Amino acid sequence: MNTLLLVEQGLNGLQLGVMLFLMAAGLTLVFGIMDMINLAHGSLYMIGAYLTATLTPLVGSFVLAMVVALPLAALIGMAVEVVALRTLYRREHLDQVLATFGLILFFNELVRIVWGPQPIFLKPPDWLAGTVEIIPGVPYPAFRLAIIAVGLAVAGFLYLLITRTRTGMLIRAGASNREMLGALGVDVKRLYTLVFGLGAALAALAGAMAGPILAVQVGMGESILILTFVVIVIGGLGSVRGALVGALLVGMVDTLARALLPTVLRTMMPPSQADGMGASLASMTIYILMAAVLAWKPRGLFPAHA
Amino acid sequence: MLETRDLYKRFGGLVATNHVSLSIEAGELHAIIGPNGAGKTTLIAQLAGELRPDGGAVLFDGRDVTALPVQHRAAAGLARSFQITSVFPPFTALANVALAVQAHAGHSFRFWRDAARDGRLTGPARQALDLVGLGPRADVPAELLSHGERRQLEIAMALATGPRMLLLDEPMAGMGPAEGAGMVELLRKLKGHYTILLVEHDMDAVFALADWITVLVNGAVIATGTPDEIRSDPEVRRAYLGEETV
Amino acid sequence: MLERTNEGNKRETAAVLIGLALLVALPFLADAIGKGFYVTLFTRILILGLAAVSLDLILGYGGMVSFGHAAFVGIGAYVVGILSWHVFDGSPLMTWPVVIEGTENGFVVWPLAALMGALFALAIGAISLRTTGISFIMITLAFAQMLFYLAIGLRTYGGEDGIALYNKSGLGSSIDLFDKTTFYYVCLAILVVFVWLCRRLTRSRFGMVVRGARINERRMRALGFSPYRHKLTAFVISGAGAGLSGALLANAAEFVGPAYMSWQRSGELIVMVVLGGMGTLFGPVVGAAAFLLLEEGLADLTEHWQIVLGPVLLFVVVFARRGIWGWIAGPAREDR
Ligand SMILES: Nc1ncnc2c1ncn2[C@@H]1O[C@H](COP(=O)(O)OP(=O)(O)OP(=O)(O)O)[C@@H](O)[C@H]1O
Ligand SMILES: [Mg+2]
Repeated sequence: MNTLLLVEQGLNGLQLGVMLFLMAAGLTLVFGIMDMINLAHGSLYMIGAYLTATLTPLVGSFVLAMVVALPLAALIGMAVEVVALRTLYRREHLDQVLATFGLILFFNELVRIVWGPQPIFLKPPDWLAGTVEIIPGVPYPAFRLAIIAVGLAVAGFLYLLITRTRTGMLIRAGASNREMLGALGVDVKRLYTLVFGLGAALAALAGAMAGPILAVQVGMGESILILTFVVIVIGGLGSVRGALVGALLVGMVDTLARALLPTVLRTMMPPSQADGMGASLASMTIYILMAAVLAWKPRGLFPAHA
Repeated sequence: MLETRDLYKRFGGLVATNHVSLSIEAGELHAIIGPNGAGKTTLIAQLAGELRPDGGAVLFDGRDVTALPVQHRAAAGLARSFQITSVFPPFTALANVALAVQAHAGHSFRFWRDAARDGRLTGPARQALDLVGLGPRADVPAELLSHGERRQLEIAMALATGPRMLLLDEPMAGMGPAEGAGMVELLRKLKGHYTILLVEHDMDAVFALADWITVLVNGAVIATGTPDEIRSDPEVRRAYLGEETV
Repeated sequence: MLERTNEGNKRETAAVLIGLALLVALPFLADAIGKGFYVTLFTRILILGLAAVSLDLILGYGGMVSFGHAAFVGIGAYVVGILSWHVFDGSPLMTWPVVIEGTENGFVVWPLAALMGALFALAIGAISLRTTGISFIMITLAFAQMLFYLAIGLRTYGGEDGIALYNKSGLGSSIDLFDKTTFYYVCLAILVVFVWLCRRLTRSRFGMVVRGARINERRMRALGFSPYRHKLTAFVISGAGAGLSGALLANAAEFVGPAYMSWQRSGELIVMVVLGGMGTLFGPVVGAAAFLLLEEGLADLTEHWQIVLGPVLLFVVVFARRGIWGWIAGPAREDR
C-alpha cells in the first residue's frame, strides 16, 4: 500500500464524509428538535439532483442551476412540512415512519413519471472537470475537491449560524430541550418550517453535487439516507457536532475499508475470493463501527439531550 | 432501614438535593414535606434508584445500594408509587396488580399459562385490591377508573410487589376530601406493617399519620423531628407552614 | 387481559372462524371460478402474513418499531437457497470442523431457517435494544441494510442476481410442494400454528411483561422487572417466525435474492401490520391480504401504482388508525 493511494483514498473519504454531513445536519436537527423521524429526507436529495440535472442544460451552467435548484428544493421541503409532516410531530414514531415511507413511494414514482426510469448523467462544469495535483504526482479530480471545499464551508456556516445567531440559539435550545422553546414564547411552527427548509436545501445541495459523481436516478436518496442514519446514530441524535464527526468517521472508514480490505485479504487468500469477500466485508464495516459505538455509548458520541 | 448520607443532586445550576442525610427506622412512617419544587420527588427518585445522585450514598438495610439500578432495588423490597399516576391504562385493575405480583414472584417462566387465569397471580392481586378498597372494580380497565381509584391502584401495585418499604409520592394528590379520607384510612392500616416514606402536601394527613417529619426546602433539610417538634419549630413556621397554609 | 367487551369478544371469534373457513375453502372457490392463480397469490399472502404476524409480536405488543424485519425473512430464504444450491452443485457447504452437505429436506431446512432467523435476531436485537425510539428504528434499518449488502457480496450464491431454486423443499413422499394446493395448505397450517403460539405467548406472564414495557417501561422497572431480556426474547421469537416465512417464500418463488432483504420490504411489512391492525395478531394477516390485493389491483390500473399507494399510506396513518381488524372485529381495549 503506497502513501499516494492512501492520500487519494483519504480525500475520497473526506468527500463522502462532507456529503454525509450535508445530509445529516438537517436530519439530525429534525430528529432533535421535533423528535420526528423523516425517511423522506432522501427524496429531497434526489429532487436536488434531478432539478440540477434538468436545469443545467437550460440555464447553461451547473452552478447557476444549483443556485436555482436549492431554493426550489427548500420550498418543496417546507411545503411538505406544512402539508404532511406538521401533523405528525406529536404522533408516535411508527406513524412518522409509515407516513414518510408513503412519501418516499410517492416521490420516487413521481420522479419516475416525470423523468423516466433511466438514470441521467450530469457532467461537472468544465472549469472543474480536470484534475489538480495536490501533492506532486497525485492528480485528484477538481470537482471532488470542490465538494470538499463546499462541504467544509457549509459546516463553517452552520457553526456560525448555530453559535452566533438568535435563530441558531433557538435551534440549539430546541434540540436539547424541546419544551423550553414554547416556554420562551417562540413561534415554534415557523422555526420548525425554517429548520425543515434548511435541511431540505442542504440535502438538495448534497444531491446536486453527487449528480456528476454518481448517476442521477430513482432510489439514490435511500441508499444515502441509510448511511446518514448510521452517521446520526453514531454522532448522537440532535447534535450537529455529532453529525460532523460521525459523517467524517463514516466517510473515512467506508472509503478506506473499500480500498484496503481486498488488498489486505489478497495476502491471505486467492485474489478472486479476496475481492468478493473484501467487497462485502467493506460494505459491512460501517455497520460494525456503528454497533461498536453503540455498545460503548448507546446514545451516540455527542448526545444532545442531557 | 433506609439511610441517606450526604445525598447531593443537581440539574444544571439548580441544586435539587442538597446534602440530605436521613435515617428511617424500620416500621416507622416518615413524612417529608416541603413547598413545590423543594426536591421531594427528586429525592424519592434517588431512593428508588431512578436517578443517580451526584454525591452521597443510599443505604437500604445497611447495604449500600447507591449504584443499584431501580429494578434491583425494587426486587430487594423497595416499592414506590408515583406522584403522577403511572399505571397501565389498557389493562384491567386486576391485571395491573397481577403484573406487580408477577414482578415479585420472580422467575417462573410459565410460558403457556394465560396470566389472566393464573391463580398464583390473581389471588394475591385480588387481596391487594381488596385492601385498598378497589375489590369491586377489579375487572375495569385502568383507563376507565376515576382519578382517585387510579391513585388507589397505584398503591395496590406497590403493595403487590411484596415490599418491605414503601416510597409514596403524594398519594392524595388531586383527590377529593372523601377519597382523601379513605387514603388516610388506608395508610393508617398499612402503618406498622411496612416502613413508609410519605411525601404529602396535605398537612392534616401528615400530622395525623407521621411518626417523624422532615422538612425539605430548596433541596436541603431545614428541620426534622416528631410532629410536635415540627409544629413548633420557628424556622419551619417561617419558611414553610407560615406562608403556605395548606 | 386486554379483554374486548364480551360482545366484541364474540365478534372477534366469529371473524376469526369465518376468516379461517374462507382460507380453508379458498382453493375450492378459486377452482370454481376458474382463477387458479388466486391459490398462488394467497399462498404469498399467507407467507407474508406469517412474517407480518411475527413483526406484530414485537411491533404491536412490544412497541419495538423494527425497520429491518425483512432481513430475517431474507435469512430464512437464503438458508433454503444456499443448502439447495449445494445439492445441485454437489459440493459440501463446509468441510471443517464438520462436513455439512447441502439438503432439500424441509424437516431440516425449515427449522434451520427459523433457527438462523432467531440467531441473527439475537445478535441484532442485543445491540439495538440498548436504544429506543428513533435510534432503534434507524439501527434496525441499518443492520438490515448490512445483511442486504452481505447477501449481494455472496458471489457464489448469485451475488446481486440471487439464485434460482431447482427444487422445492421435500416433506416426505406424501406431501408434494410442487402441487400448489398442497403448498397452500402447508403454509396455512404453519400460519395457524404460529398465530396460535403467539396468542398464547402474548397472554402469558412473559407476554404481559413485554406488553407492559411497551406501555410504560419506566413503571415496569419500578415494579422490579428488567424488560430488556423479555424484549430480546420476543425479538428472537419474532426473528424465528420471519426466518420460517423466508423459507416458505423461497419455496413459493423458487428464487432467493438480496431484494428479499431490501428496506422497502421491511417498510411493507410494517405497512401490513398497521394496515391490518397492530397488536391483534389476526390483523397483520388481513393487512398482508389487503396490501397484496391492493398492489395487484393498482398494478392492473397503472404501472405507477406506488404514486397512489404512498398517499394512501399517509391517509391511513392520519385518519384510519385502528386498522382493518379493528373495523372487522370491533375495538379492542388496547386500541390506541
Ligand atoms: N429532570 C430534571 N431536569 C431538570 N430539573 C429538574 C428535573 N427534575 C426536577 N427538576 C427540578 O428540580 C426541582 C425539584 O423538583 P421536584 O419535582 O423534586 O420537586 P417536588 O418537591 O417534588 O415538587 P412538587 O411538590 O411540586 O411535587 C424543581 O425545581 C424542578 O424543576
Ligand atoms: Mg413532586
